[in-house]
Amino acid sequence: MPEITRDEVARLAGLARIQLGDAELDRLAPELTKILDAVATVSQALEGAGEVQPMSHPTPLRNVFRADELRPTLSPEQALAGAPASEGQRFLVPRILGEE
Amino acid sequence: MTTVEVGLVPFEEALTRYEPVMGLEVHVELSTATKMFCGCPALFGGEPNTHVCPVCLGLPGSLPVVNGAAVESAIRIGLALNCRIAEVCRFARKNYFYPDMPKNYQISQYDEPIAFDGWTEVEVEGPDGPERYRVEIERAHMEEDTGKSLHVGGSTGRIHGAEYSLLDYNRAGIPLIEIVTRPIAVPGDRAPAVARAYVQQLRDLVLALGVSDARMDQGSLRADVNLSLRPVGTAALGTRSETKNVNSFRSVERAVRFEVSRHAGILDAGGRVVQETRHFHEDTGTTSPGREKSDAEDYRYFPDPDLAPVAPSREWVDALRATLPELPAERRRRLQAEWGFSDLEMRDTAGAGAVDLVAATVAAGSSAQTARKWWLSELARRANEQAVELSALKITPEDVARIQALVDAGAINDKLARQVFDGVLAGEGSPDEVVAARGLAVVSDEGALTEAVDRAIEANPDVAAKIRDGKVAAAGALIGAVMKEMRGQADAARVRELILARLT
Amino acid sequence: MPGPELTDHSAAELSQALAAGETTSAEVTRAHLDRIASLDGELHAFLHVDAPGALAAAEDVDRRRAAGEPLGALAGVPVAVKDLLCTVGQPTTCGSRILEGWVPPYDATVVARLRAAGLPILGKTNLDEFAMGSSTEHSAYGPSRNPWDTARTPGGSGGGSAAAVAARLAPVAIGTDTGGSIRQPGALTGTVGVKPTYGGVSRYGIVAMASSLDQAGPVTRTVLDAALLHEVIGGHDPMDSTSIDAPPPPVVEAARRGDVTGLRIGVVKELGGEGFQAGVRARFEEAVGLLTEAGAQVVEVSCPSFAQALATYYLVMPSEVSSNLARFDAMRYGLRAFPDGVELPSAEQVMAATRDAGFGDEVKRRIILGTYALSSGYYDAYYGSAQQVRSLVARDFDRAFEQADVLVSPTAPTTAFRMGEKLDDPLAMYLQDVATIPANLAGVPGLSLPAGLAEDGLPVGFQLLAPLQADDRLYNAAAALERLLLDRWGGPLTPPLVGQVDSLVGPVGTPEVRA
Ligand SMILES: [Mg+2]
Ligand SMILES: [Zn+2]
Repeated sequence: MPEITRDEVARLAGLARIQLGDAELDRLAPELTKILDAVATVSQALEGAGEVQPMSHPTPLRNVFRADELRPTLSPEQALAGAPASEGQRFLVPRILGEE
Repeated sequence: MTTVEVGLVPFEEALTRYEPVMGLEVHVELSTATKMFCGCPALFGGEPNTHVCPVCLGLPGSLPVVNGAAVESAIRIGLALNCRIAEVCRFARKNYFYPDMPKNYQISQYDEPIAFDGWTEVEVEGPDGPERYRVEIERAHMEEDTGKSLHVGGSTGRIHGAEYSLLDYNRAGIPLIEIVTRPIAVPGDRAPAVARAYVQQLRDLVLALGVSDARMDQGSLRADVNLSLRPVGTAALGTRSETKNVNSFRSVERAVRFEVSRHAGILDAGGRVVQETRHFHEDTGTTSPGREKSDAEDYRYFPDPDLAPVAPSREWVDALRATLPELPAERRRRLQAEWGFSDLEMRDTAGAGAVDLVAATVAAGSSAQTARKWWLSELARRANEQAVELSALKITPEDVARIQALVDAGAINDKLARQVFDGVLAGEGSPDEVVAARGLAVVSDEGALTEAVDRAIEANPDVAAKIRDGKVAAAGALIGAVMKEMRGQADAARVRELILARLT
Repeated sequence: MPGPELTDHSAAELSQALAAGETTSAEVTRAHLDRIASLDGELHAFLHVDAPGALAAAEDVDRRRAAGEPLGALAGVPVAVKDLLCTVGQPTTCGSRILEGWVPPYDATVVARLRAAGLPILGKTNLDEFAMGSSTEHSAYGPSRNPWDTARTPGGSGGGSAAAVAARLAPVAIGTDTGGSIRQPGALTGTVGVKPTYGGVSRYGIVAMASSLDQAGPVTRTVLDAALLHEVIGGHDPMDSTSIDAPPPPVVEAARRGDVTGLRIGVVKELGGEGFQAGVRARFEEAVGLLTEAGAQVVEVSCPSFAQALATYYLVMPSEVSSNLARFDAMRYGLRAFPDGVELPSAEQVMAATRDAGFGDEVKRRIILGTYALSSGYYDAYYGSAQQVRSLVARDFDRAFEQADVLVSPTAPTTAFRMGEKLDDPLAMYLQDVATIPANLAGVPGLSLPAGLAEDGLPVGFQLLAPLQADDRLYNAAAALERLLLDRWGGPLTPPLVGQVDSLVGPVGTPEVRA
């Protein structure tokens, strides 16, 4: 029986960059376990099915390419119109931790 | 866990106990007209956020469409590296959050690279002449570049202590080809040179293919150096560090040397090397820790549902193979023959990254030997002083050819030529403008020269006597005196003629 | 224009009246805007109404028509657009706080095609947040209500578009369908909804939920209207790599034909029966009976892998969701929230605080589930297996389509449920899409049309499925069934809210109709 523990939810929320509160963690762990339990049956369909290719795309398209030709860009004003903050035609974001 | 910095072990000493194993990951920005997945210009720089659209800004609802020219470039690079080309491959999403990545996933390739299983051969100088090493290529895959951030506040431009950051997405979505080697295990003392030669070779190769401008100083060719040590005589690989920000060929070499010294220091002290990314510092030639690669690093790759698989037909691949130009190694052999260079001369030229510069100088009218002389002595020295690549010097092959032409015409001599180089490099204009502005032309006023010759003979009667006695070789001393008086601005051959005419 | 109110007419009728000069687009558009003004307070089908924009577009079409310009069939017919599609000049919120007030700098291809075809855009319709849900109750801006009974949901995620069309606030609307979000609301509101073949309608500019499943399509009151709208929005788009570069199926012609003589109709054994409301099954069986009488051959087909379709969907969809929704991070657009009590928070902390504040429960559930299904160590068991089962679902469809030209089933297992009824039980909510999901997994087209009212007096949906790119088969069979049902009822089903009819109290299966 698969289980998503509270710690696991916290780890996943970290990966997904969502700052979940304690109450949410408490609620989500059993909820997700229940959902996972219901969907974990998926591999039953594969029993006895032999070799089955995973289907990443519903239609058999291949080699969809664009010509290397310029298209209109947005103006900087359009690009920045929705920005929570900007400065000097750049998006202003809180300080970035991590790599230089 | 914190990294304890222990002492460095001198490179040569480290090699007595450890064997380095390297892996090189090189990102090449393609010089297509447009980005990987949208029609924005794939140009370096520009006013911030002027080369952006809904796709490369990752706006909700936007969708990527593959630039066919980028796929062609990827296949041609793969073929030039003797790779196999995938019959079918897909793009994958590499999921992680970072503000310079508009979608918080990078479209890349994961388990199905477009090109794989290749090799290339590099040449380095050994004690007994040239040695060739085969570098195995694991894969070359397509991906998109990220935007650029500018950190404001705190110590300028540095991430630590910054109060906020500013983002420009002009670079976001520029096509990248990432070329990854298999572990390279060469004799330890050759490792730095092999690493450098490999990156240079890739640069030469993508330039020959015409798929990138491959400027390390502008980041259009970027090398990551992975390095681990293992005790001599053992087979298992040690823990590796991944050094980023290695922005010149010279730095590739230095990064390898430094990491060998650093790893050896840790291992000698009984420590454990931490798997982490490190940053190379050009100024000190050292590396410092970046992000530690933890278990939490989980990119959750999966095939990008927005993009159809790429399935290059054999016909297409064959057609692209037919477009491969003469590759650098072949070209080098041909040029060596044309230029009449010795093996050593050619190797030095290639080692200095000067093959193209010499070729262009020859094309501009210079002889191969004089072109080589200027680039490998005079200009190499200056590049070294400035710690830049030869090609980054602010002088063109045409300028060099012109300076040599001035020498050949007797308008200047070699000594004055060096001053012309100074002027051109200092941005004072073309060689002719520098000659005019600095008044560097040799004195061709016969009257002034004759007077100087007479004064020299008068001042050195014993030398003059020797010459009169037939010891023509003694003329050198008089020539020197005349040149000194003329402050170098005279044609030495003409001075010699005048002296001999007076005394014989 | 003759007859009852302008808002009672189908798009095809309006189109004819406009072409004949019996009315103007401005008049039609104003009639719908007026009706929105009087009824949408109760229904909450719209998140944004753009009266000036719609009227300006209407007047422009009227001018062009007066000047004798050749115009498309639906020119001048107003349309409502699900608030998941990018629209220049109108906010696009996706029903989420995280995009509150965001106005895109570009139009979705579907929207651009609507504009180019001269359809005035009335406004943006309500939806479950980022189209995740089956009741429209997960909208951050409050639920939409079902015009058949305002204590009930109109289904979801496209409940806003369905409610708007059912209540005559718009003659036609655009929806999107990832697991049934056009068809299930269609069933619950007594409207026609079509999910075209994957790749038949451009996804460019439609905020992605699950990229390999999403497809936009028409929400209408008649099969012909759906075909007319399908023709406007469909066809190849070079901005969408998954768009099919081939001539679109002749859907309008098929909708006008409506002939099932000799057509092989496959009843899918796994979609129906247990778990389906009695009245839903009864209306479904009656409809199959009508088709048989009209000359169709009915066969039963089995698609065993469909038993795992729901499980497959709830692995594939959240996985793609977790990646698609990563871009909502407070850096470039949308909400920016700050963590409590942190001085000079980092970008990372602001992202996490914003995603907590900006996303609702269902969105968070799916993001976490998808993050889990893709994470190392679980990928093969969950996402990998699910993608393999998708192949089996597609194979089952292939085999079924060897035996039948179209497949049929009830669209949804129940009629419209009460608000709040399933809100605390995600799995019960997910079951609403059990019959619609297989089409999304395999990419095949599906259509839902009203099949009558169940024992509770609420509409029942009848679903048709066809092979990839055979969307025209759906329209042909649906048009035939629609005609048979209308003959039987003597006119279209009309929700009580529409006005003339106070309540619908007829015997089961023979609803009272508005003549
Ligand atoms: Mg990479
Ligand atoms: Zn762009």
